[in-house]
Amino acid sequence: MAGHESHSVDVLVIGAGGAGLRAAIEAAALGATTAVVCKSLLGKAHTVMAEGGVAAALGNVWPEDNWKVHFRDTMRGGKMLNNWRMAQLHAQEAPDRVLELEDWGALFDRTPDGRILQRDFGGHRFARLAHVGDRTGLEMLRTLQNRAVAADIEVFMECKILRLLADPSGAVCGALGLWRGSGKFVVFCAKAVILATGGIGKAWKFTSNSWESTGDGHALALWAGADLIDMECVQFHPTGMIWPASARGLLVTEGVRGDGGVLKNRDGERFMFSYIPEYYAKETADTIEEADRWYDDKTFRRPPELLPRDEVARAINAEVKAGRGSPHGGVYLDIASRRSPEYIRRRLPSMYKQFKELADVDITTQAMEIGPTCHYMMGGVAVDPETQASTVRGLFAAGEVAGGMHGANRLGGNSLSDLLVFGRRAGIGAVEYARGLSHTPTPDPAAVEAGAADALGFFDHDGGENPYTLHHELQEAMQSLVGIIRTAPELARALELLDEFDGRARLVGVDGHRQFNPAWHLALDLESMLAVARATTLAAIARRESRGGHTRDDFPLADPEHFAKVNMVVRLANGAAEVSERPVAALPDELAALLGEGP
Amino acid sequence: MPPDATAPGPVEPEGRARSVTLSIWRGDARGGEFHDYTVTAIEGEVVLDVVHRIQAELAPDLAVRWNCKAGKCGSCSAEIDGKPRLMCMTRMSTLDTTEPITVSPMRAFPVTRDLVTDVSFNFAVAKKIPPFAPGPRAADGNHRMSQFDVDRAQEFHKCIECFLCQDVCHVIRDHEENKPSYAGPRFFVRLAALEMHPLDTVDRRDLIRRELGIGLCNITKCCTEVCPESIHITDNAIIPLKERVVDAAYDPVAWLGRRILRRPRPTPAATAAASSPAARTGEVIVVEAAPRSES
Repeated sequence: MAGHESHSVDVLVIGAGGAGLRAAIEAAALGATTAVVCKSLLGKAHTVMAEGGVAAALGNVWPEDNWKVHFRDTMRGGKMLNNWRMAQLHAQEAPDRVLELEDWGALFDRTPDGRILQRDFGGHRFARLAHVGDRTGLEMLRTLQNRAVAADIEVFMECKILRLLADPSGAVCGALGLWRGSGKFVVFCAKAVILATGGIGKAWKFTSNSWESTGDGHALALWAGADLIDMECVQFHPTGMIWPASARGLLVTEGVRGDGGVLKNRDGERFMFSYIPEYYAKETADTIEEADRWYDDKTFRRPPELLPRDEVARAINAEVKAGRGSPHGGVYLDIASRRSPEYIRRRLPSMYKQFKELADVDITTQAMEIGPTCHYMMGGVAVDPETQASTVRGLFAAGEVAGGMHGANRLGGNSLSDLLVFGRRAGIGAVEYARGLSHTPTPDPAAVEAGAADALGFFDHDGGENPYTLHHELQEAMQSLVGIIRTAPELARALELLDEFDGRARLVGVDGHRQFNPAWHLALDLESMLAVARATTLAAIARRESRGGHTRDDFPLADPEHFAKVNMVVRLANGAAEVSERPVAALPDELAALLGEGP
Repeated sequence: MPPDATAPGPVEPEGRARSVTLSIWRGDARGGEFHDYTVTAIEGEVVLDVVHRIQAELAPDLAVRWNCKAGKCGSCSAEIDGKPRLMCMTRMSTLDTTEPITVSPMRAFPVTRDLVTDVSFNFAVAKKIPPFAPGPRAADGNHRMSQFDVDRAQEFHKCIECFLCQDVCHVIRDHEENKPSYAGPRFFVRLAALEMHPLDTVDRRDLIRRELGIGLCNITKCCTEVCPESIHITDNAIIPLKERVVDAAYDPVAWLGRRILRRPRPTPAATAAASSPAARTGEVIVVEAAPRSES
C-alpha cells in the first residue's frame, strides 16, 4: 500500500492472549507464515489475570470424571443456549490440550502420585481445574509465549488494529494497524485473519478486565459484515473486590469458594441456601452439614456457594438490595474461619497478596468484602464449531471474542480450556482455508486510506469532546442500565444514550502529537466499545426472558417455548446494527440423553 | 437500589479525598523534564490511579503503559521517588506526600515517551534462550513430577516480566555497552526455571557463561529487593546458576577430559565479555555449598 509500511503473511492473528498464541502456534506448526499483532507488549494480555484454573476432565482426582460429565455441566451451566458441538469438542479435547502444555514447559500443581492436581469450581460436578495456585493464567500465557518465541513467530507489539481489509469479493484479507509508539500506520496482508481479541469489560464501570478489553474484535467483525451471537449474555463474576474504591472490580478467584470459602451477609448468615434454584435443587446441598461434607466426599451434594456464576451474582445482588450487605455495598467471602492460614497462603497466594497490599485485609484472619464485577462476554462472533470460521470468508475467531461455546453463562475454568481447544482449531481452520485459495487476495487500497483518515480526524477537532469524559459516561450508563438486572425502560434509555454518545464520539478532540498518545488510543478504542455496547443493548432488549447472564426484571423467568430455542444475532444492515433470531442447533439424541431436563 | 441499578450521573467517590502533587518526567528520546501536577487523591488509591486522573483532567496525552492494574501483568513499571516499582501496587498512603512525588521512566531502557520506555532488549534476550525440551511421557500419557520437585521452578514461574530487576541491575543500568553480552536477572530467573525444571533435557550452562554473562553479576541483590513477586532472584536463581556453570567449566576432571579430547577453546563472545568495562571487577565465582535463604 502506497506510503505505508506493509507486511504479508499467510495467517494474521489479532491478539496475543491464550487463544491468539495457541492459534499462531498451530498455524506456524502447519507450515504457514504466521504473525501475531497485539495492542500491548507480548505477555501482558488479559489471560495473565486468569486465576483459578483450566477445566479439563483428566480424571486425576476423581476417576469418575470424563468428557460426558464435563459436557453436561457446561451445557447446563450455559442454560442450554450453547452450541452443542462446540461444548462437545471442548469437553473432549481439553485434556489433550492441557497435557500438551506440560510438554511445552508448564508446571501445574501435582497430585500425591505426581500427576496434575485438579480443584473444585462452581458448576463442575467433579474437581476438574488444573491449576498453579491462583495464577494459572500467567503460567499458561508464559508457556504459550515461550513456545511462540521458540517457533520464531513474528509478533507485532503495541499495534492497534483499526479496520479489517477485504478484497473486491468481500473476503477478509488483511488489516490496517496503528503503531501506538510512533503513531504511524501499517498494513497487514494475509490470506486468513484470526480474531483473538478477548473481551469487552472496559465498556462497564466495575470490571475485572484490563484496559485492552474494549471489544475490538467484536467490533471489527461486525464492521466487516460478520454475525455476532448471544451478545446479551454478559457474565458478572460474583466475587470482585469492592473496597477500596480504587480496587473495585478486581477479580477474587472462584478458587476461594472451591477451596472452602463461603458467602455470608451482614448478619453472618450463609445466605446462598436461600437462593437455590429449582433447576439445580437436585444437585445442591440444602443444609450446612451436607455442604461441608461435599469437599471430601462427592456422594454428597455441592454447596450452594458453588452454583454457577450467574446464580451467585444474582443472589449477592438481591442480598445487598434487601439491606443485608456489608458496609461498602457487597457481602462477605470468608475462608479465614474455615481453613488454616498455611493452607490459604499456599492455595491462594496472589489473593493473599492482593488483599494485603491493596486493602490492608489479611484473608487468613478476616473475611473479604466482595460484589459482582463485569468479567466475561459469552457472546461473540458466530463461528463454525469445527473450524472457527465466521460468516465472512477469510475471517476466523477464537477465545472470548467467539460466541456459542458458553451459551448464556460460562462455567469458571472453561475459558482457559476454550482458548486452547478453539485457538488450535482456528489455527488449523485458517491454514486450510488459506491453502484452498487459488490466488493471493489483495486489500482494497481505498479502504486503507479511508481508515487512516478516520483515525487522524480526531486531531482536527480543536477543543472537542474529552475522550476520558465520554468513556466515563459510557461506563456509568452500561453499569447502571445494562448491568446484572435489566428492564425494558432502562434498556431503551441506554439506546438513547448510545445514540448521543455515538454523535459525541465523532467529535472527540485529541491534543498533542501522534507518538504514544493515550487520548488518541482511547478515542479509537471508544469506537469499538460503543459498537459492542449497542450490540449488547439491542440483544438484551430482544430477549424478553431471563437466562444465564441475562436477567430481565420484567421477564424474570426462562421461557422454554420460544427464547430457549433461539440465539440473538446482531449484524449490520445498511450500516446500522440490527438484531434478529436464529434457531439454536438441535441436540443429537445421544447427547441430549446426557443432560437431564432443561430450563 | 442495588449499586448497579442507580440512574447514571456523578457518583460520590467513596473515601476521603485530599490534594497531592506528582512530579512526572515528560519528554522523549531527545530529552525532557519533570512537570508538577496537583490533583485529588482518594483514600485507598495507588499511584496509577492518580496518574490516570492527571490524564483525564490535566494532561490527556501523558504516555503511560498499564494493563491489569492488579500487579499481575507487570506493565506499569516506573521509578517512584527514585525506587523502581509497579505504579498499580504502590499505595499513595505509603508515600510522603508533603513533598511532590516524583515519577520517572525506568532508567535502564531508552525512553519512547514520558513514562513509556523501549524494552525491546528483553524480547531480544528471550530469543537467545534455547527452549524447553522434555523427556518422554510415562506409559499412561502423563508426566510424573512430585510437588516438591516442582516447587523450585514454580517460584521462578511467578515472574510477571515487569523488568524492574533489569532496570535496577547495575551491570546494565548505566552500561548500555554490556547489554549485548548480558541477559540480566529476569532471564537468569528464566534460565534457572529451565535448569531446575524436572523434565527438561537441554544443557544451557555453556551459553549461560559465555554469551549470557552470568559472571558479570556480582550478587548485590538489588534485583531481589525490587521484585514485586518476592522471587529470591539472587539466592535461589543466580547463585545456583553460577554454581552449575562453574561446576561445568572448572571441574578438574572435565578440564582434563577436554585437554585430552581437544575440545574448542572459549568463543569470541566470551572473550569480548571479559574485556568489557563492567567485567574489570572480575568474574564472581561462588562456591557456597547451598544458597542461603533471604530474610
